[in-house]
Amino acid sequence: MPANAFNNFNDYGIGIGLRVPHYRHILEKKPVVDWFEIISENFMVDGGRPLQVLDQILEQYRVVQHGVAMYLGSADRLSRDHLKKVKRLVKRTNTPWLSDHLCWGSVDGRYTHDLLPMPYTFAAAKTTAANIREASDYLEVPICVENVSSYAEFHASEMTEWEFLSEVVERANCGILLDVNNIYVSSQNHNFDPYDYLNNVPHYRVGQIHIAGHSKFEKYILDTHDHPVLDPVWKLYAHAIKLVGRTATLLEWDDRIPTFAEVHREALKANQFVEDQFQTAAA
Amino acid sequence: MASAVFRPLTARDRMQPRWSDGRSARTVANEFIKPNDRLSSFERLEIYNRVYWFRVLDCLYDDYPGLRAIVGEKKFLRLATAYLAKYPSVSFTLRNLGQRLEQFLREEPSWTAPNEILALDMARFEWAQVVAFDNAEKPRLTMDEISNTPPGRLRIGLQPYLSLLELNYAVDRFLLAIKKREADTLRDEASNTFESMPHLQRRKRPVRRPKQEQVRLVVHRYDNLLYYKRLEPEAFAILRALQQGKSVEKACAAALANSKRRDVDWVSQIQEWFHDWSALGWFCSRAR
Repeated sequence: MPANAFNNFNDYGIGIGLRVPHYRHILEKKPVVDWFEIISENFMVDGGRPLQVLDQILEQYRVVQHGVAMYLGSADRLSRDHLKKVKRLVKRTNTPWLSDHLCWGSVDGRYTHDLLPMPYTFAAAKTTAANIREASDYLEVPICVENVSSYAEFHASEMTEWEFLSEVVERANCGILLDVNNIYVSSQNHNFDPYDYLNNVPHYRVGQIHIAGHSKFEKYILDTHDHPVLDPVWKLYAHAIKLVGRTATLLEWDDRIPTFAEVHREALKANQFVEDQFQTAAA
Repeated sequence: MASAVFRPLTARDRMQPRWSDGRSARTVANEFIKPNDRLSSFERLEIYNRVYWFRVLDCLYDDYPGLRAIVGEKKFLRLATAYLAKYPSVSFTLRNLGQRLEQFLREEPSWTAPNEILALDMARFEWAQVVAFDNAEKPRLTMDEISNTPPGRLRIGLQPYLSLLELNYAVDRFLLAIKKREADTLRDEASNTFESMPHLQRRKRPVRRPKQEQVRLVVHRYDNLLYYKRLEPEAFAILRALQQGKSVEKACAAALANSKRRDVDWVSQIQEWFHDWSALGWFCSRAR
């Protein structure tokens, strides 16, 4: 049974991000992995090795698309050209849902290649929700929006981040990709309680969870995806699972990438938290 | 916020203290970014400014090892900063970041002086490799399809991933030597995770500068691996004419008209070339 109305794929278990240094290992050894998440933009090309590798992966594994450049929070209208490329990839992967970030990153046709934070205003929520609805209608696949890690807050904000996320997803009627590492990073950078965040988002909309490592600097935490998951994030993950039920979970590891076996081992730690939760619930 | 993100960093990799209109950047940042108990508004905005530049410079640093070797590491970063300040990314993918580098180097040759022509050759060669990596492949034309059409009516297209380069320096061999010297580096996956400038490589074994010579090169892929191949002048001229839309008959005639070589059985030679090029998958139907 799905854990919630936006989580019809709770049998997906624990996935890992498909990354270039692991291609050879995966294609040659064919390790058992519940599913792979791909960065959509890395495969929105016209030919060559990226698509060849993707097709080989698709023969063996379930793949879910995760975007970094749809910029759902942009004040500009979504790029129809970009959506066409995403849709072409959706047809190739048959992704059961896709995700992108609650952020903006381009203005006047110039791209920052970053996931920039938004002012948490009702006007921004309305615009973002309209963008999500447009993308979902065009792509004909459910969308989950992911909370980003951030290092700045705006004077213009009218609500907390979790209130903003809730406002957007309710207006757009879409799912949430809950990144518990991002919640932790932002909570440290902005002095809020990450459990307040977790407790106050609409749990019935959470379709996927991200976990990752981060780096602590003297005055802030940076979302670096270059470490194992840290204990406070695992604790948040355990709490999230308690709130939202069994949910497709993915480990992101994007820099200083270790062996495939090490990344997979780290990802599978998540199973322990899921099983603990279910045993507690059964008892 | 975007204006702040795109502004080049200072020589010490910090956000510029003055805004574009001369106001204090601290004052401007205070107007829209909240401070917290550890960071001022300026410092919080600066994180995004620095991450942007670290990311895009790191990308060009990885994509242009040959150009880097020619101009030097520090000068390369200054050149790349000037290029991206003039031509910021207009594509959703970092893959296209070097798309207008050739144009920039033609417009502002002082960045590569005194090696302007060599640097331009290398930039064109390195961009051609980006194109060869993942540009489209159209359905291939077979030798049977080619043989069954009269040469006067036969118009052959070249694959979109294929680039023809007429160069003044042997940059192909130079880049091979550079790549052999440097450990292979893969560009990181898309993520918002940059924390430092590209690490400048120190004390590297010197590689002899390429010599000046006319090189005609095709940059392509085969079985999804990158290759570059030197071509004889006549072969290059035929392929270039085909790329420009000439019929096979006119392409061959034009190429041979300018040839100085007289002791060649051109019929056999051209047949052999076409056979090889077809086997490599370079031919496709021409778009009408």
